[in-house]
Amino acid sequence: MTALALAPGMSRMARAGIRVILLLAALIALVLLMPATEPFFHWLFPGLQQPVYSRASFLTLTLSHLGLVALSGAIVIAAGMAVAIAVTRPSGAAFAGIVDTITAVGQTFPPVAVLALAVPLLGFGAAPTIVALTAYGILPVIDSTVAGLRSVPPPAIDAARGMGFTRGERLLLVELPLAAPIILAGIRTTLAINIGTATIGSTVGALTLGSPIIEGLSGSNTAYVIQGAIVVALLAVTVDQAFAWLDLVLRRHRG
Amino acid sequence: MIRFENVTKRYNGTAVIDDVSMVVESGAFVTLVGPSGAGKSTLLRMTNALVRCDGGRILFDDDDVAKVDPVALRRRFGYVIQSTGLFPHWTVARNVATVPKLLGWPRPRIAARVDELLAMVDLPPAEYRDRYPAELSGGQQQRVGVARALAADPHALLMDEPFGALDAVTRAALQDQVARIHKATGKTILLVTHDVDEAVKLGTRIAVMDGGRLVQYAPPAEVLAAPATPFVAALFGGDMASIRLLDVTRVADRAVAAEGLVPAVAIAAEATLEAALARMLAEHVEALAVPGDGPPRVIRLADIVRGGR
Repeated sequence: MTALALAPGMSRMARAGIRVILLLAALIALVLLMPATEPFFHWLFPGLQQPVYSRASFLTLTLSHLGLVALSGAIVIAAGMAVAIAVTRPSGAAFAGIVDTITAVGQTFPPVAVLALAVPLLGFGAAPTIVALTAYGILPVIDSTVAGLRSVPPPAIDAARGMGFTRGERLLLVELPLAAPIILAGIRTTLAINIGTATIGSTVGALTLGSPIIEGLSGSNTAYVIQGAIVVALLAVTVDQAFAWLDLVLRRHRG
Repeated sequence: MIRFENVTKRYNGTAVIDDVSMVVESGAFVTLVGPSGAGKSTLLRMTNALVRCDGGRILFDDDDVAKVDPVALRRRFGYVIQSTGLFPHWTVARNVATVPKLLGWPRPRIAARVDELLAMVDLPPAEYRDRYPAELSGGQQQRVGVARALAADPHALLMDEPFGALDAVTRAALQDQVARIHKATGKTILLVTHDVDEAVKLGTRIAVMDGGRLVQYAPPAEVLAAPATPFVAALFGGDMASIRLLDVTRVADRAVAAEGLVPAVAIAAEATLEAALARMLAEHVEALAVPGDGPPRVIRLADIVRGGR
């Protein structure tokens, strides 16, 4: 972090950007150089035959993990925003209550239980994991999108109507951009939670950073657990900080 | 031209607009004035179909506003509201360009139009083009609001208490500017205000509303000199209306042929009676010369006091 100390005059946005780059560099280094940490883990756990997880490379695990989070994230963002937009239109307002209830139930249902229920229907692997992550992650996106759209200043909407925006133009050019920082906060929460939660996918055969954790737990190999957990944590922090930077970018002109 | 024919609007059975008929001629500057809840904003918002008529109809350049596409209709008006309604995520230039962009004007034409309008509202384009609304004062924001309303060269401007949120000095400056723009462009303007002085100062005609009804529709001098109802008389300040009348009457209307000596102090024929009275008070005289072509003319204190009689 010396780079930050060297540049006291930098804007918050620039500092946040540098923070993301440094985190990303640390993440890539850790993932690629994990085999090189063998002496360290050997010293830490002298009793272990194989102190570094090697069934799959950490690059493969990380990419597969990210793929699951990205796919479920894309579904959650698309579906969640669509639902939120629908219930904030006058014609969809009647459904706001029922949508609230359904998503709240989705949130209270433990992802492990969703996995257990999804496996008989979808088999083992990535599919039940994506279902569980989607069910678990949709609530923050819907909530934040509804809150964001309701936070748009009424004069901006009145001006847009009065100047002859169509409904679509009003939504795309005025409402969504003005709601963006709040919507983004919901997406940030969902992704941070799902990066952690995706690890349980490995219990039903999905390839994730949970694989070394679960194998370490069942085989009493604490080193595996630490390796998996550190990469997951660094991944979650990096994504979270990337969103913190994006938030500053979006808000830079708001008074 | 905007023609209101027996326009009525009811909410829950109560008429908020009650059988209003009036004609706003092309190029007129009509101020809608009245107490809160009189229906003036509702009437304005019915003009561009933001609020629908329950009875009667409104014709804009011979189109029934209930029968044309509301989006296309609204793009033919400029629209200015009290809280400016500027889009905070867009630069000043992008805000001004709003309607031209919706209409799909080519980029160079939009850029030229934006600069022209910013100059018209006294915001040097080079300095303000790329700023964001949050970086401007309230008065500057509303100047951008006015520029934005004029951008696509609309047939008419609808202004809903545009200066209501501004301090007195800024408000007066913007009123002068809008009056200048009205003179320069000849646009039809419909402006809602609860400020009687603003209605008198800006309007070529004043529409006085009370309880959803149009109680008087006449030029300012007539509203002041001959209020249609006791309500109108009270709204315009009773005896104080005579003072307001000074502001809408020209020296030329009261000047008389000079008899004998022409006074040393002069006042322009197009000045208001208010300015003439102020000059008399300042100079401690009871008569002023009114320079012009033809025989010498003067205005005396008595000419101001006797009124139109």
